[in-house]
Amino acid sequence: MRNIFTIVGKELRSYFVSPVAYVVLTGFLLLGGWFFFNLLSRFNLLLSLYLQAQGQEAVNRFNLNDYVIGPLMHNLAIVLVILVPMITMRAYAEERKGGTYELLLTSPVRTGEIVLGKFLASFLFIAIMIGLTLIYPAILVAFGNPEFGIMASGYLGLLLLATVFVAVGLLTSSFTENQIIAAVSGLVATLLLYVIGWPAETAGDVLGPLLRYLSVTEHFAEMVRGIIDTRALIYFASLITLALFLTQRSVESLRWR
Amino acid sequence: MIEVQHLTKRYGDLTAVSDISFTVASGQILGFLGPNGSGKTTTMRVITGFMPATGGTVKVAGFDIFDESFEARKRIGYLPENPPLYNDMTVATYLRFVARIKGMHRTDIPDALDRALTRCGLTKVTDRVTGHLSKGFRQRVSLAQAIIHNPEVLVLDEPTVGLDPQQIIEIRALIRELAGHHTVVLSTHILPEVAQVCEKVVIISAGRVVMEDMLANLTQGQTLEEVFLKAISQEESPDRTQKSETVEVTS
Repeated sequence: MRNIFTIVGKELRSYFVSPVAYVVLTGFLLLGGWFFFNLLSRFNLLLSLYLQAQGQEAVNRFNLNDYVIGPLMHNLAIVLVILVPMITMRAYAEERKGGTYELLLTSPVRTGEIVLGKFLASFLFIAIMIGLTLIYPAILVAFGNPEFGIMASGYLGLLLLATVFVAVGLLTSSFTENQIIAAVSGLVATLLLYVIGWPAETAGDVLGPLLRYLSVTEHFAEMVRGIIDTRALIYFASLITLALFLTQRSVESLRWR
Repeated sequence: MIEVQHLTKRYGDLTAVSDISFTVASGQILGFLGPNGSGKTTTMRVITGFMPATGGTVKVAGFDIFDESFEARKRIGYLPENPPLYNDMTVATYLRFVARIKGMHRTDIPDALDRALTRCGLTKVTDRVTGHLSKGFRQRVSLAQAIIHNPEVLVLDEPTVGLDPQQIIEIRALIRELAGHHTVVLSTHILPEVAQVCEKVVIISAGRVVMEDMLANLTQGQTLEEVFLKAISQEESPDRTQKSETVEVTS
């Protein structure tokens, strides 16, 4: 346990002493702000158009959750698909390139502790990143009346989605000592998880539901709508566990080469 | 202090190290010699617990490196061929991190840090980022990393490669100083270094021990270069499976 915290501390420090953390955080907030501004002004426009054309009745069908927060979550998810592999790419690749894995693997530390430590550090970083975007819903709460439960469910979904991407990104980083390869293969994997459900409608009765279940987007979309299904939670948990387990095996296998 | 018995390591079909045995007594400095590619680094990686052996056993300070790995690893300081530094950390932060993962108690770390910094001559660069240091200083930080937890055994893989003459002299003096407190395995192919620093010599060639003796016995009437060349040329027969009983050189 102590070793895990030591690794977490070291990893978090290395995020924040280099410019990486600040560039990533700024970029993420910048894009998030842009999406938010866009969605909000479009919502405003729609509202005034409908008010003129069809009166108060039609306007009541609009709400902030469906027209601003929901789309914002989906947009942020796409940014995470791309950004998370770039955050995780150095985690193992850099240790292998720099020779520091020899230090780690000859220390009295379990491989599992290294893997968990790195995972927790990246998770915390992503959580901070997503946490900073809470400013947008906070603005809505201050000036409007969005539904709180749906928002919370959506944010939980976003965090789980990002955590899956973190676990997958760390896994691909553990395969190589080249950070570009780690990032690109991580991106392919996260993007695949994002789009794997697309052919579900035409894939038949067996394959269709399977693809839909495998798709991270399906479960995420449900949570954005405010539905927290245990099947979705099991999906996220098992994907994270699987990726961490494979990472542990992959790091351990360095000893055998 | 270190007992290597019948150690064999294969990578797939390639046999890197084959049935080697040697021992190092407590407080001794062992010169571990051999041509490039003879299996020095592989042997050291097994001794430090980095990789498991294919066959044979290694005991460090009485603990089997495979079965009681953590106990053994706590007692080893390892300087790999490439300095294992995190380039974005300061020297002090880095050494504190190493002390933690080597299992040191938090309250013991400040003293250990001071001692390691002083011994390795790093007091002036304590707060510098390791990535900005010169090669000589990076090597010293690596050495400080290896000794910070005051291990009984030090395994040093070519510690003076790429240093300038002054730095080489300093590092050698430091290693000599460390002996007595620590048992040292020093891998190198710089023979004068061995002659100056080591008490005992093990020469390996093509994955086998071709000589194991005290330095004083080896160099009676001949230079270490002659001994080394004689030892490795015996092993250069094309048939590598041939047993090498002949190499137990009399003193």
